[in-house]
Amino acid sequence: MVDALIAKRHLMANKKQTLVAMLGVTFGIGMFILMISFMIGVNQFMENTMLSSTPDIHIYNDIKTDYNVSIAGEYFKSKGTLVAVHHPKPKQINLNLKNADGIMNDLREDPAIKFVSPLLSTQAFYNYGPVQINGYIYGVNILDEAKIFDLSSKMTAGVPENLLTADKGIIMGRGLANKLNLGMGDMVTLTTPTGTTMSFRVVGLFAIGIGTIDDTRSYVSLANVQQLMAKDRSYITDINIKLKSNKLAREKAEELFKKYNYKSDDWETANSSVMASNIVRDVLTYVVSITLLTVAGFGIYNIMNMTINNKMKDIAILKAQGFSGRDIVQIFLSQSLFIGFFGAIMGEILGFILAYCLSRVPFPHNDFISLKFFPVIFNPNHYLFGMFFGLVTPFIAGLMPSLKASKIDPVVILRG
Amino acid sequence: MSIALKVENLNKYFHEPDEFHVLQDISFSVNKGEFVPVIGKSGCGKSTLLYLLSTLDTDYTGQIFINNTLVTGQSQNSLAQFRNENIGFVFQFHFLLPEFTVLENVMLPALKLGKYSKEKIEEKAIGKLRQLQMDSFANKLSSKLSGGQQQRVAITRALINDPAIIMADEPTGNLDSVNTGLVFDIFRDLSHNNGITVLTVTHDLDFAKNADRVIEMTDGRINGK
Repeated sequence: MVDALIAKRHLMANKKQTLVAMLGVTFGIGMFILMISFMIGVNQFMENTMLSSTPDIHIYNDIKTDYNVSIAGEYFKSKGTLVAVHHPKPKQINLNLKNADGIMNDLREDPAIKFVSPLLSTQAFYNYGPVQINGYIYGVNILDEAKIFDLSSKMTAGVPENLLTADKGIIMGRGLANKLNLGMGDMVTLTTPTGTTMSFRVVGLFAIGIGTIDDTRSYVSLANVQQLMAKDRSYITDINIKLKSNKLAREKAEELFKKYNYKSDDWETANSSVMASNIVRDVLTYVVSITLLTVAGFGIYNIMNMTINNKMKDIAILKAQGFSGRDIVQIFLSQSLFIGFFGAIMGEILGFILAYCLSRVPFPHNDFISLKFFPVIFNPNHYLFGMFFGLVTPFIAGLMPSLKASKIDPVVILRG
Repeated sequence: MSIALKVENLNKYFHEPDEFHVLQDISFSVNKGEFVPVIGKSGCGKSTLLYLLSTLDTDYTGQIFINNTLVTGQSQNSLAQFRNENIGFVFQFHFLLPEFTVLENVMLPALKLGKYSKEKIEEKAIGKLRQLQMDSFANKLSSKLSGGQQQRVAITRALINDPAIIMADEPTGNLDSVNTGLVFDIFRDLSHNNGITVLTVTHDLDFAKNADRVIEMTDGRINGK
């Protein structure tokens, strides 16, 4: 109690110095909060964008061509002849998933899986006068697909359900529609690589925020693509899956691969470059924040050292009067912790204000990025972490000078 | 008469810069309520002796009893506790804490001891200040007082825990003759009327002349023994 009183007096006697030390911590914590709120916000945005174009798990039939076996080789094997086949060509293969309906029914039973959406995609040429623009056409059950990718929120014109009501309707990426100079209600003619042609009416436009998708993709009904490709009603090439928790995607994908023997990609593997840049941003945030806090720590260390050098006589007389080494440590360490605590609280407030301001700054307009403001998130854990750092740094910075103070030999000081 | 302080075969060496036998086989005792100046030339070891007796310096051989308690060999923490309770200090410089008022300076050792409530301590501190005619300065910052006044506050602070013994190192070294006389009177009054033992190192022979008994030292030994 007496120790606290003395600590308080020391702090109050040198308000300016106390404030400067606090501001060091304030600045460090403030920047930490701002940086982490922004960086994690960016990460979250990237992840959301990524997830809006990548399903949690994507099951498809990968082209597997095995040239080790040839008919000639089989035939001549018994005769001990070496056979070399030059320029083998793949045979006609169907990239569809066999028993797709069975697999999908099976998947819908799985408690870990939220939505399942079948997909038949093919390359297509969009005819624009004499010009043909290359793109993809996705045949989907639009309701299933909309659930997985939250298409409703990505529509810039029309609603996904239009695809159900319109005969030969098409929902087109906005970038692609712009290139083709198409609007709602316009007709577009598609040609498949095999030469089939079909006309569709534009019943919706979407923008996911990723150029390569918005510029090339359109959705039509599954039946239309099957018709376009001259395939039967059970012909699908891909299954997209949304899980209840996307953190389990990697294990689940492996499990599904083992079960159905079709290639299963989880979203993390499919977007490993985005995940890598997330990690880089995380590391950057912590490195910069820890640097700032270390600088603040040195500031506190300096100020505590200075205070203690100025207070040698006071420390000596306190010790003579019966204050123990522990009391002295308490007196000076509590000053350091006080500086840290209030510095950190001010820093959290500063960080919050800065982060809030940033979150209201409009993001430069861009057709391909669906951002209105800078992405900033507000997570209480970051503030707890900042508080923790705000106390640990001054504790370490204050401990050394305080221990030094407690070891002062009063005899040396008092004898002069 | 009971014994307040007893010293047996005290020896102390300085190791820096050279090996030096600064106190040699010191043995003496002081009774309760005695006012005893320790005099001697510079370097005779009188201050060193005082710091050993005060328990601040523990690097010695021999034994020291204060109030019949053996303080030799106790841990630093228990010595701190012991000083807080039993010894009052007065130095050549007042060593008051500049951020605190006169009253708070006096109260601090008692607050540390924690034997009484804050109100009780304040009451007691004002009483002691009044005894030394310093009560009118109670709420002033200690740094605003004159040298003589500060020394009187320092003495009040030494008295706050009702110590058995007051140890003073050149308490009048920085004071003019009027204030020196005043401090002397206070010490004599404390020892004779309050039964507090006062042991003070001094250069001031006038100061020493009127005391009950004088311990005179030469070259690390007590004269006449």
